[in-house]
Amino acid sequence: MLTDEVGQDAYKAPNPGISAENPRRTGGNLVQLISPEGERISHPEFDLWVSDVTDEQLCSLYEDMTVIRRIDAEATALQRQGELALWPPLLGQEASQIGSGRALRDDDFVFPSYRDNGVAYCRGVEATDLVRAWRGNASSGWDPYRHNIATQQIIIGSQSLHATGYAMGIQHDGADSVAVAYFGDGATSEGDVNEAMVFAASFQVPVVFICQNNHWAISEPVRIQSHIQIADRASGFGIPSMRVDGNDVLAVLAVTRIALDRARKGGGPTFIEAVTYRMGPHTTADDPTRYRDANELEDWAAKDPIARLQTLLRNKGLLTEEVEAKTQAKADEVARELRAGVINMPDPAPLDLFNHVYSTPNSWIERQKDHYSRYLESFSGSTQEGAL
Amino acid sequence: MSKLTFARAINAGLRKALENDPKVVLMGEDIGSLGGVFRVTDGLQKDFGKHRVVDTPLAESAIIGTAVGLAYRGYRPVCEIQFDGFIYPAFDQIVSQVAKMHYRTQGRVKMPITIRVPFGGGIGSPEHHSESPEAYFTHTSGLRVISVSNPQDAYTMIQQAIASDDPVLYFEPKRRYHDKGEVDETADLLTALPMEKARVVTTGSDVTLVTYGPLVKTAGDAAMAAADEGISVEVIDLRSLAPIDFPVVEASVRKTGRLVITHEAAQSGGLGAEIAASITERCFNYLESAPVRITGFDIPYPYSKLEMHHLPDLDRILDGVDRALGRGNSLSGLEG
Ligand SMILES: Cc1ncc(C[n+]2csc(CCOP(=O)(O)OP(=O)(O)O)c2C)c(N)n1
Repeated sequence: MLTDEVGQDAYKAPNPGISAENPRRTGGNLVQLISPEGERISHPEFDLWVSDVTDEQLCSLYEDMTVIRRIDAEATALQRQGELALWPPLLGQEASQIGSGRALRDDDFVFPSYRDNGVAYCRGVEATDLVRAWRGNASSGWDPYRHNIATQQIIIGSQSLHATGYAMGIQHDGADSVAVAYFGDGATSEGDVNEAMVFAASFQVPVVFICQNNHWAISEPVRIQSHIQIADRASGFGIPSMRVDGNDVLAVLAVTRIALDRARKGGGPTFIEAVTYRMGPHTTADDPTRYRDANELEDWAAKDPIARLQTLLRNKGLLTEEVEAKTQAKADEVARELRAGVINMPDPAPLDLFNHVYSTPNSWIERQKDHYSRYLESFSGSTQEGAL
Repeated sequence: MSKLTFARAINAGLRKALENDPKVVLMGEDIGSLGGVFRVTDGLQKDFGKHRVVDTPLAESAIIGTAVGLAYRGYRPVCEIQFDGFIYPAFDQIVSQVAKMHYRTQGRVKMPITIRVPFGGGIGSPEHHSESPEAYFTHTSGLRVISVSNPQDAYTMIQQAIASDDPVLYFEPKRRYHDKGEVDETADLLTALPMEKARVVTTGSDVTLVTYGPLVKTAGDAAMAAADEGISVEVIDLRSLAPIDFPVVEASVRKTGRLVITHEAAQSGGLGAEIAASITERCFNYLESAPVRITGFDIPYPYSKLEMHHLPDLDRILDGVDRALGRGNSLSGLEG
């Protein structure tokens, strides 16, 4: 079974000979630069791709991961308190999202799924905007063109086609930016994801597919989606792939940079499987105890992405009180901002219903809007009467 | 008789079908150990095994497309589409393959496939979780489309759907899943009201109010409220949306002379339009006023904070009844 395999070979050293020109599949071995025990594992080729990461930047990756974990916890709490209708937690996937999100250039364009709040955070989306749609106040929280990240996608896998199309546009324009699609392991079963890979390979467009294999698609383990390692699927489409320890922020940063660099140089699409684990429920409406063994969670908690980086920083003498205090202060501040943003978010007005269905006036909708506003007015009239 | 929730009633009906016919196979995402996201299939995999209750990969086109193959081989697949908004990836298999197979093969190949779709709004969900896509399917010949409105119908009609040699889309009003009602689990399918028949829920003489699925309850409440004002409303639960049991609606309209139709789906090109046109054709001379539609607006299903404005409720239905009766209403004084 795939899940078992992942557990067994999760921490073997990566294959040698992998570069931007030749990011051939990693043969089932995970790219890893930080061990679960927090030791830096050096690798002659992958190290090159993170050799510029300063101590300060390492601390800032730690801060990012801590902040998004905090956003996630705060949003979960807000949901429990009835302030949000629903929330899809990313607990455990911080390294996958920050490692890849921080590798991107501003002019790259991201097509995320509903769970990729950490990636959105990297793109500069405000905490409050992350929850607008989950509160039910809006269809989406942000302007895609302002942050170069599309709104979150709920239809599984759809966004992989959008990313591929965007990349076709980049190619036509002769630009060197990259489109990036994020999706889960379950998504790789959908036709859309497979069709996206066909197009991406056929046209050799600058797109990077980042599959966060968090081992579960709601209640279904990854073995129901794939009989082979997810990364191996890509080779059937003629797309090179890499399999990375998704709980290792440095390794994720390295492989994402390799894939982006390849795309920028006209090398075409790359598929990244970030092997990670969803430690929480699928969404706040889900009950994982119905389908998931508690031991499995315990095993993965031992591979926690934040604890791992924390140990590395501590061992390097970088986790000073000052750094911890600064990190916590930032997390507190963002959490406060999120909470205040949610509590003070104004309710939408009833007639907002009819806005933006089309870009120009539409007689059907105008008529319905007019009728509905008369209907609403008929109530305000009667209340007044009642008050007299 | 036992008191069951809507969801349990469907569960009991599925269980019966699995027991009675070894060719019945359930397929869908999360329907096994989780029992489906709404727990409608709770416990069925445990009792019937993984080969009869199949957790499928996450691929709607494949769920329906493989059901076609299973049907070719004599099985009776019951497919769960997790939410209304996720049926579209399977649209091609449903309208191009499932619907046309019997016609294409001149009756040689049957497609006894049941497609269960939790549908409609009112539960505060995010995008794609509150849609009413029924009209897309009623527009496609070869499909039967039904929608249930109470636990007893849910129990019998799921079995009738599975027993049907035609493909059936079975629309479950998800906001009613937790409503309880009496269910006679010994009900005989042969003597039960066939699934293609409409039912008069409340008799009345002033206005005919036609609806189905989640709004049957709302329409019943509206009829009671209208009665307080001395208006007698006849509520009809269509049950079958394709084909529609027009004789029942016709008989009612001949009696009342007025027709109001209500559904959650958008108005334009919706079932309300079909019913208004068909009834106008069939009993124009009996109509005392133009048919009135009280429906969702022609907008994408809105974010949850506004869904109560989009969904027809008791007051909007009563406003429509007033319109049909020519009484004062929110549009009084407007032409057209
Ligand atoms: C087309 C479609 N089918 C079904 C669903 C319901 N659904 C929402 S999330 C999910 C599981 C997705 O799993 P995966 O792709 O592994 O991503 P993860 O949620 O684990 O990040 C399912 C089945 C959906 N949103 N879209």
